[in-house]
Amino acid sequence: MLKFIALRLLQGMLVLLGIYAVTFVLVAATPGSPFSSERAIAPEILAQIEAFYGYDKPLGERFITSLGNVLQGEFGPSAVYANRTVTQIIAESFPVSIKLGSISLLLALVLGVPAGILAAVKRNTWLDYLPMSVSMAGICLPTFVMGPLLALVFGLILKMLPVAGWYGPEYVVLPATTLGLYYAAYFARLTRGGMLEMLNQDWVRTARAKGVPEHTIIWKHCLKGGLIPAITFLGPALAGIISGSFVVETIFQIPGLGQWFVRAALNRDDFLVLGLTVLFAAMIVIMNLLVDIVQVALNPRLKYD
Amino acid sequence: MPLLDVDDLTTYFHTRDGVVRAVDGVSFNLERGETLGIVGESGSGKSVTCYSLMRLIPEPPGRIERGTAMFDGRDLLQMSPKELRKVRGDKISMIFQDPMTSLNPYLRISTQLIEALQMHRDIDSKAALNKAIEALEEVGIPGASKRVFSYPHEFSGGMRQRVMIAMALITEPDLLIADEPTTALDVTVQAQIMEIIKQRQNDLGTAVILVTHDLGVVAGSCDKVLVMYGGREMESGSADQIFYRPRHPYTRALQKTIPSLQEKGQELFTIPGLPPDVSKPIHGCAFHPRCPYPKIGSPEGERPQLEDIEPGHCWAACGFCDSSAPIETVLAKADDHVAEPVDGDA
Ligand SMILES: Nc1ncnc2c1ncn2[C@@H]1O[C@H](COP(=O)(O)OP(=O)(O)OP(=O)(O)O)[C@@H](O)[C@H]1O
Ligand SMILES: [Mg+2]
Repeated sequence: MLKFIALRLLQGMLVLLGIYAVTFVLVAATPGSPFSSERAIAPEILAQIEAFYGYDKPLGERFITSLGNVLQGEFGPSAVYANRTVTQIIAESFPVSIKLGSISLLLALVLGVPAGILAAVKRNTWLDYLPMSVSMAGICLPTFVMGPLLALVFGLILKMLPVAGWYGPEYVVLPATTLGLYYAAYFARLTRGGMLEMLNQDWVRTARAKGVPEHTIIWKHCLKGGLIPAITFLGPALAGIISGSFVVETIFQIPGLGQWFVRAALNRDDFLVLGLTVLFAAMIVIMNLLVDIVQVALNPRLKYD
Repeated sequence: MPLLDVDDLTTYFHTRDGVVRAVDGVSFNLERGETLGIVGESGSGKSVTCYSLMRLIPEPPGRIERGTAMFDGRDLLQMSPKELRKVRGDKISMIFQDPMTSLNPYLRISTQLIEALQMHRDIDSKAALNKAIEALEEVGIPGASKRVFSYPHEFSGGMRQRVMIAMALITEPDLLIADEPTTALDVTVQAQIMEIIKQRQNDLGTAVILVTHDLGVVAGSCDKVLVMYGGREMESGSADQIFYRPRHPYTRALQKTIPSLQEKGQELFTIPGLPPDVSKPIHGCAFHPRCPYPKIGSPEGERPQLEDIEPGHCWAACGFCDSSAPIETVLAKADDHVAEPVDGDA
């Protein structure tokens, strides 16, 4: 198992390196520069700024230098926010995004998985149709519709919750619900599918023939295998919640990574874009590794290799 | 009083394409320690008969329409789910056709073996585990004390069927229902599995319902035989009666298909045609379209009634063909008919 993890970590590093290289090239190939602005800047001052950030060097050299820095955990200065480094920005906003993301994911699991199990067990009854139609609606509504809708209803009409900002626990509710509901819908459908597949297996009949009651059949015989599709989806779900946070953090004015990412891209803040891309990619790589480990733990027919 | 007395068991599936009359008025009984063989071609309703007794029919679309199945004085078909759970796995156990899919791949063999014990006996897990190991040894699994902790995928098909037998018999049930326990296995393993079932049956005095489509398997191991076709009972009786004095054309034809009873070098005999489509109502005798005997009268008519020939031996008395002659002469005649034009050409 250790070998498996080491190997997968190594693979992950290579993936990250690739992502870093591609992003670097794409950023460099984008027209304009981080330092162009509406105000005219004297050419000699611009040259000085470019020299300060290393932009006077050839591309290859810049790549090597920045990669060396990143490997030491230093993502460089923000090209736009002159007095802050990328690392500082991440340190400030990462916890915000982690909080929003994990609460959303938790909400998605807590709502989606039980709904899926219930729907599978009570299939073709209203306990199946109701959650499944709701989840279909959830999947069809993009977050940029759901977000403002929730803000309108709970914030402006009912005046129960704040619609923007990030100051106390009540500020988490709407954005986390917006993000979470969408993925709850997916988890519900995947769990239902997985559980139905298990419940139709021959060995469920064997268990019934032994006199095992239905609830034991669900928990003991079917849950492990039935959850595998949902667990496999955790990796993509995390990726989705991260990219979803770009939208949601902007809608609800949350000072998280997503908002910084959007701003960095618009401002051509090269170092910040690179740093955040690598961070997001690393999170997805780690999540996928965790998912793989859990999968092997659940399914005795899989082996680490 | 017999251990199991089934009367007029009728199970239909109400599907979108119509009513599938999978089991249509089947009756039989079984004494303690006895073995009943249920034979018939694919689709004749053997499995559905077994599942109906255990109430394992998926409902809907399935429904047990009528009948009784008195087991130890109580009707299995009327039991509440709770009563039923007490009988299943304790008094009646079941083994299934495909050992590759009948064990849960996510749970250890040990967990699955002791489940019925935990469910039905007041036993701590240590004692249950010991019993599980013992049960595995009894069905001939070497190194049982280690292998009990394996997962099903670490066993071969034959080994898994042994595990299934051990699992079914761990509570020493009164009745074991074995639905084609060897069909999915290698020919070499089939005999071993049958041997183990027989041996455990002798040890424990269990009554067995053995489902098979191979009349040859029945010959060696059953006291009684029920011949089914199109969901109906065609003939039933003691093994001797069915083998030496078969009355129904279908039983006779089925007997002709036993490979070991056929002359060497001859082409294997198979009954021409296909089993009936039980999703359509069957008029008269279900076997009529494939029956090799000379037909008399129109095939439309009343369903043949069960009629006793001798004590314990009855058949669906068919009046649509003249089945007085032995099947050999009928088949020989049919062969001649086919052969004649060829001779003429030569
Ligand atoms: N769940 C179901 N829904 C609809 N029809 C069914 C269902 N289960 C069985 N049947 C039908 O019932 C009839 C009898 O099936 P059954 O499985 O009892 O046959 P069998 O004698 O066991 O055959 P085999 O030798 O192939 O196992 C078949 O026509 C089958 O299509
Ligand atoms: Mg069958």
